[in-house]
Parts: sequence; C-alpha cells; structure tokens
Amino acid sequence: MAIAGFLTLSLLIAVLPASQMQKTAPLPDQMAFTEMEQEGLRLYIAEGCVACHTQQVRSIEMDNVWGGRPSMPSDYYFSKQRLDVWRQSPSLLGSERTGPDLTNIGKRQPVKDWHLMHLYNPRSVVKESIMPSYPWLFEEKATDKVTPEDVVVPVGSPFFNKPNKKIVATTQALQLVAYLQSMKQVEMPGSSPAFIPQNKKEELSTTASDPNQALLPDGAKLYANVCAACHQANGEGIQGAFPSLVGSPIVTDPSPEMMVKVILMGYDARSEFAQMPPFADQLSNEEIAAIANHERTSWGNNASTLSAEDVKKIRDMVNQQNP
Amino acid sequence: MKRNYLFTTALLLLPTFALKAQNETMDAPNWLSSPGVIGTIVLIVIVLVVAIIILMAKLSSLIGNYHHQQIVKKDLAFNEDLIKLDDNEIDEILAKRKAALAYKLIGNELGSDVAATDDKGLLREISHETNNPFFDEKKKTTLGFDTPAPLRKIVLWYVGASVFWLVFGTLIGQYLGMKFIWPELDSVSWLSFGRLRPVHTNTVFWGWASLSMIGLGYFVIARTSNTIIYSYKYAWHAWVLINLSVFLGNICLMTGINNGGGEYREYIWPVMALFAIGLIITFRNFYKTVAQRKISEIYISNWFILASLAWTIILSIIAYIPSYQNGLGETIIQGYYMHQGVGMWFMTFTLGLIYYYLPSALNKPIYSYSLGVLAFWTQMLFYTLIGTHHFVFSPLPWWLQTVAIVFSAGMFIPVVSGTTNFLMTMKGSWSHISKSYVLPFFLVGVIYYFVGSTQGSFQAFRFTNYIWHFTDFNVAHSHMTMYGIISFILWACIYTLLPKLTGKEPPQIFVGAHFWMAFIGLFAYTISLMAGGTLRGLSWLEGNAFIDSVILMQPYWVWRAVGGSLMFLSHLIFAYNFYYMAKKEPVVKPLKSKQLETITA
Repeated sequence: MAIAGFLTLSLLIAVLPASQMQKTAPLPDQMAFTEMEQEGLRLYIAEGCVACHTQQVRSIEMDNVWGGRPSMPSDYYFSKQRLDVWRQSPSLLGSERTGPDLTNIGKRQPVKDWHLMHLYNPRSVVKESIMPSYPWLFEEKATDKVTPEDVVVPVGSPFFNKPNKKIVATTQALQLVAYLQSMKQVEMPGSSPAFIPQNKKEELSTTASDPNQALLPDGAKLYANVCAACHQANGEGIQGAFPSLVGSPIVTDPSPEMMVKVILMGYDARSEFAQMPPFADQLSNEEIAAIANHERTSWGNNASTLSAEDVKKIRDMVNQQNP
Repeated sequence: MKRNYLFTTALLLLPTFALKAQNETMDAPNWLSSPGVIGTIVLIVIVLVVAIIILMAKLSSLIGNYHHQQIVKKDLAFNEDLIKLDDNEIDEILAKRKAALAYKLIGNELGSDVAATDDKGLLREISHETNNPFFDEKKKTTLGFDTPAPLRKIVLWYVGASVFWLVFGTLIGQYLGMKFIWPELDSVSWLSFGRLRPVHTNTVFWGWASLSMIGLGYFVIARTSNTIIYSYKYAWHAWVLINLSVFLGNICLMTGINNGGGEYREYIWPVMALFAIGLIITFRNFYKTVAQRKISEIYISNWFILASLAWTIILSIIAYIPSYQNGLGETIIQGYYMHQGVGMWFMTFTLGLIYYYLPSALNKPIYSYSLGVLAFWTQMLFYTLIGTHHFVFSPLPWWLQTVAIVFSAGMFIPVVSGTTNFLMTMKGSWSHISKSYVLPFFLVGVIYYFVGSTQGSFQAFRFTNYIWHFTDFNVAHSHMTMYGIISFILWACIYTLLPKLTGKEPPQIFVGAHFWMAFIGLFAYTISLMAGGTLRGLSWLEGNAFIDSVILMQPYWVWRAVGGSLMFLSHLIFAYNFYYMAKKEPVVKPLKSKQLETITA
C-alpha cells in the first residue's frame, strides 16, 4: 500500500508533467548547435560547470540583469537533449549562483579572447574571481612553433611569463568558448512574459547637481556590470588585450560622438587589442549616457558629460548610415 | 483542545503566507519581516538554546566532579591532622578503641517478648514485592547483546566502510571549502572544483550515510523480528556492490564522466545500477527476515526501513529512465529526485533507526506508536510532492511550483509529530545528558530534524526563495539536514549499538570531543553561510555588480572553512572511536590505560 501510494504520487507529480514537457517546440529563431558548440556543451558538463553557474532567468525583476525576458521551456529545446547512451539530458538550470548566470553570456560577453583568457586563468581578467583555472585546456608552445592556425591567448605577464613561449588554445578550449558564445536568449515572437516587479527605492540620481546626470541610472553600477570585465574596475584595461580608458583620447574627446559610436557599434580597428562588441541592442540611451558620463569623469578623466538626448541623436545618425 | 485549534489554524495559514506574492510585487526593503525569515531566525535561536542546555548539563556534571575532588582533598587533610596528633592523645584514643573492641554482645539486645510496634511512625510505604518499585534504576545499560557472530561482523563492516567514506568524503569537502578562499590551490584537472564537488556529495550520501544506515538497519531488523537475518551472503553481496559503485562512481566523476550534472545523480547509470542492485538485494533480505519474524507485530522501525528501501528503488528507476527527460522534463525529474533522495531514503530510513535506537538507548518504550504511524503516512504524502520547490520562479509550470510550496508547508505535520514523539520519549531521562554522549547526539539530531526541516519549508516560500535561492544559504540548509539530522542520528545509533555489540566503550573524552567539534563546527558552518547568503541575496536585489557579491562572501567563506575543519577533525576522532570499539581483542594497551586511570584517580 505504501509502495503503491508512492508510485501513484510519483507518477502524478513527476513522470506525468515531465512527459508533457516533451511536447515543447523550439522558438522560430532558435538554432540547433553546431558540432563545435555541441562538443563544448559536453565539456561544460564534464567539467561540472553547472555546480556554480545557473542557466535560468527567473520571472522576477532581479534576474533581469541575466536576460531580457524570463526563461521558458522552449529555450532548452536543443541544449537539454539526451547526451548519449551513457548520459542523460544535461541538468543545466542549476541550483547555485556561485558564479554568474550564463543564459545570455554569448550576448553579454561575446569576445572570444576574453573567454580564453578567463578560462586559462579567471584572475587574469577578473581580479577577485574565485573560479578555477582550466590550464589543461591550453598548451604552451615555443614561439617559433606557433602556426597561423593556432589561437594564441594574450595572457598577461603576471599569469604567464615564459620567454619564447606562447599559450595556445586547444580544440577543447575553442569548443567550450564556442558553446559559451552560442548562449544567447532568442527573441520571442510577439510579446514576451513580463517579470514580477520589485518594490524598490527610486534609483535615479535626482539629487545630482549636473543636469545631465539627473534622471539617469547609476553609471558606476552599470559600468561594473557591463564594462568592467574587460576594461577593469579601475578603467586601465589589460595590456595586450583590452585598452585603457584612463586618459584615452576617444573617451576624453570633448565631442562624445566617437565614444558613443564605439559603444553602439563595437570597434575592431586596432589589431593589438581584442574586438569590442556592439551594445546598441543591449543598452538604452539613458544607460549609455550614464556609462559614458561615468567613464568621462572617473579615474582622473575630466571631460564634459552628455544626456540621453545626445545619445539618441548619435544612435539615429548611426541607424541612418547603416540601415 | 484550544491548543489543537490554534495549531490547526497556524497550519492552515502557512500556505497562505507561502503563496503571498504570487502575483503581487516583491517587497524587498521589508525582507526582515517576512514570515519565512522570522521563522528561520527563531529556529536558529532554538538550536542555540539547546546547545546551551547541553553545555549546562555538562558543566554541572563537571562541577559535580570538582566537588567530589574537594571531598577527597578534605579527607587527605584529615589524615594529615591524624599524623600530627601527640602521643597522649593517641594513647587516649587507643584505650577507647580497645574498650570498644572488647565489648561483646550478650545475644538478646534485639529480641524480647514484646510485640513489635512502630511508635514513632517511621516506617512508610511498606512493600512485600521483591522488585522494589521505589528505586530508580541508576546503572548504565552497558549490557551486552547476545548477537550472532555473523550479524556482528556485518554491522561492523558496514559501519566500518561508512566511516572510511565519511573521512574521505569530508576530506574532499574540506578541500573544496578551501578552494573558495584559495582558488589556485591546485590546477590538476582531476581535482578541479566542478569535478570534485559531486565526489564530496555522492561519497557522503551513498558511501557514508547509506552504508551506515543499512548496517545499523541489519541489527534492527533482526532484533525487532526476534530472528536471524534471512541470508548473510546477501548482505555481503550488497556490501560489495554499494562500495564498488561509490568507488567507480568517484573515479568516473574525477575523470570528467558524469550523468549530466543533476545533483546526486551524477553517477552514470551503469555505476548507479550497482547501487540499485545492492538496494534490491538488501530489500529482499530485510523483507524475508521480517517475514520469518517470531513475533506477531511488525515494529514501526521496520515499516520505515522497508518503505524507504522500496521507495528508493522506485525513485532511482524513475530518475534514470530516459524517455521523459528531454528539455525541462529532466528538470522536473531532477527536483523530484533530489528531494526524494533526501526525504525518502535518508530521512525515512533514519527515522526508522531512531524508533529503535532511541528507546533502546534510554531503556524504555517509544512515547507513541500512533504518532509514528501518522508521521509515516504524512511523510509519504507530503514529501513526495515537494520536489519542484527547488525551482521556484523557474520556467517550470507554475502549478507544480505552487503544489510544491503548499506541501512544503504541509511537511510541518510529519516533522512536528516525529519531533514530539522523540522528545516525549526522552522526557524523564534528561539526566542521561550528563551521563553519556548518546543522548546529546540524539537530542541534537532530533532538534535539527525539527529546525532543519522547518527551515526548509520556510525556505520554499516564494518570498524567502526570492532572497535566498541560488545563494550559499542552500548549502547551509543541506548541511543542517544531512549533517545535523542524518549524521548526528547515525552517530547516536553507532555509539548506542557498538559498545553493546563488542563490549568496548570509547573514552568519554573522545566521544565528547567528537560531539562538540562536530556541533560547533556545524553551527559555525551554517550560520556563516546563512548570514553571507542573505547578504548576497540582498546585494543581488540591489542590482549591484555580481563580483561585489563574491567579494562580500569572502569572510563568510573563511568562517565556513573554519567550521568545516572542525567537522572534519571530529570525524578523525570518530574514526578512532570506531576503531576502539571494533578492534578485535583488547590485548595489552587497554589494561595499561586502566592501571593508569586507577593511579591517577
């Protein structure tokens, strides 16, 4: 009787709803994995990344930072298929956020070099990180043996300092990064479900004396969330990978046009640095203005501030040039 | 009657609290006044109070010892006074003494022809029974059980293997805790955090707790059925299979082969199949033993133990069948599995053990049989339905989440009835706290049963989930339950049973060191992670940069590692205690230590 009761309840609460979930279909814009990405997902599971990283944007406002909309069953259509005969569908949703949520990491952090440096040693890009390093996904190669096909990782001297040697990413590292880059929330056709809002104190800095700063969100916080991973909290970037913003001619230019353009469209004109991704889709005019003002007035920079209106003008101009 | 009414109202109200904020906004600034948070704080205070009570009891027995020593000192002083006496005084005393010794009874002092009367009314409560009921039994119940040698061997080997896995598993846990402070501790792929974490959890689950439970269960099954085990061979087969599965599973995990990362089912199915076969064999063996019992009733312990085995077999089969596990189907099963693994296997089995070992340790019957039956059925009904509370606000169906939260609140019923039953059984035997460490282990386990389970229910509420989910608070909760409840109860049972099996009791000071280090360690561990987890959740709510919440956690992770170290050290002491109880023949050493004791005393 106890066995029958347990079996019935189990079927009702677990097996039945789980079976119903099998009917979920992917969203129209959702793409299947490439072979590289699929292999990357296997590595992600093998290394136990799910122990610290979630992949779910919950339907509450605080999770808005991890994605534009709450996650839904369709999002997992391709990622949660049975791996092989020996292994089940990967348990990606996770239960711990010791590290950040990765639902949208491909959009939040699209730069390949950053991911490779971060995997080789997380502390080479995020000083306070407690993530493990994955040196076994890389190999040291004598500089004269490096072929053009090799992906050399620009690791800074505090973390790798052997003359005549370079760090080269293995195929596995490239697969894992390909998987990370593929993680992008797909737009929903029509209206997407909303977040449950949160009662918060008003966050706009209405007290600021500068009229441009008034009614803008907190630029320092946004900078820390969006930009600091590459350009670092102190704005100095990382030599050989990410340029410094301190005293940068683009950042301190009296006309903010070039700077805002770089933020909107990305930048890849200088070969000694990694590529900067575009942020036009991710950041609003207010947010870009707040970030730009933070960068233009911090770390000894002393340039004029701008308003959301200024950003809007530049955005419109950019849109006209590249329809 | 009125209290009953209040109790019911409270139970009915709880789900209402839990469901608040279903569609409203989340009121973050007032997080401290949320019922779940207040409830948790109250629960922590309960643990503290119990700790203080145990400490007081121990202190008062210490003071008692001190008094005794004072008396001994006084005697010595008296002896010295005697030596200082001068000859005249001694002669006088001697003469008196000689006279006294020379005195002889005539023979008729007590007898006379007068009838006996009690003029002053001094004699009361005269009894003619030989078993004088006015005397409290004061002796320690270290009676040896007459146990068949094969059974004794099985129990010792099961518990012995579990002790090994406990030390190994918590060594890994300790190492992982240090990695939070020094992430560059090593850069060996086999030892990286993601691969080792499941090694820690699976080892303490399937290695330590499971083997220990089954070993202790064998004794209960045989003893309460008043018969011998159906097949000793089966027991050995299961022992090999389970150990093999933990060993192979850990090797697989460290080489990067896992089942998909779902917690507690990281072992791939061929490895877990060994474990499942071990369980099936054990179930058959237990079932057959109970079937050939020599008494009519099936003792309540056996209900719990047999059910937990049967449920867990079903559970692992459901968890590993692939056909409904693509997409979020896997997530539903994961929630169901990880909660049932804890609730149906560890909790149910351990409850079965308490129902035998607690009364056995106190030498009296369990308080209420019917409360036990109520706890049994509600355990099955409520526990089964609450798995999805690990995925509140996730893309899983909202109704599943709601059902899980409501029944999480319903868990109060089995928890309260179980706790009441155990505490009422202990009532009247509190003096055992100062006499041995068995009752303190039980008491802490039972209190954590109440506190840990109730706190878990609170944590399932939508609002508390809002602050605490994904933070280190979860880790605190799982240690509160798997360690505070399961491990403490298992230790209590081991310290109850093994001395009776082998006739050897480890020195109280080592048992005490084990108890206090494990308890203080656990307290430091949980409190630091709960405090840090709460602050971390609030930091996320504020919308601060994620790395800020990592920096914020640093000191709390240090305290966690300190607590963890204490816990690990206590396991080393426990391993020694086990060795002391289990080693074959007390040859020379114990004799020596006894002589020493008499000399120093």
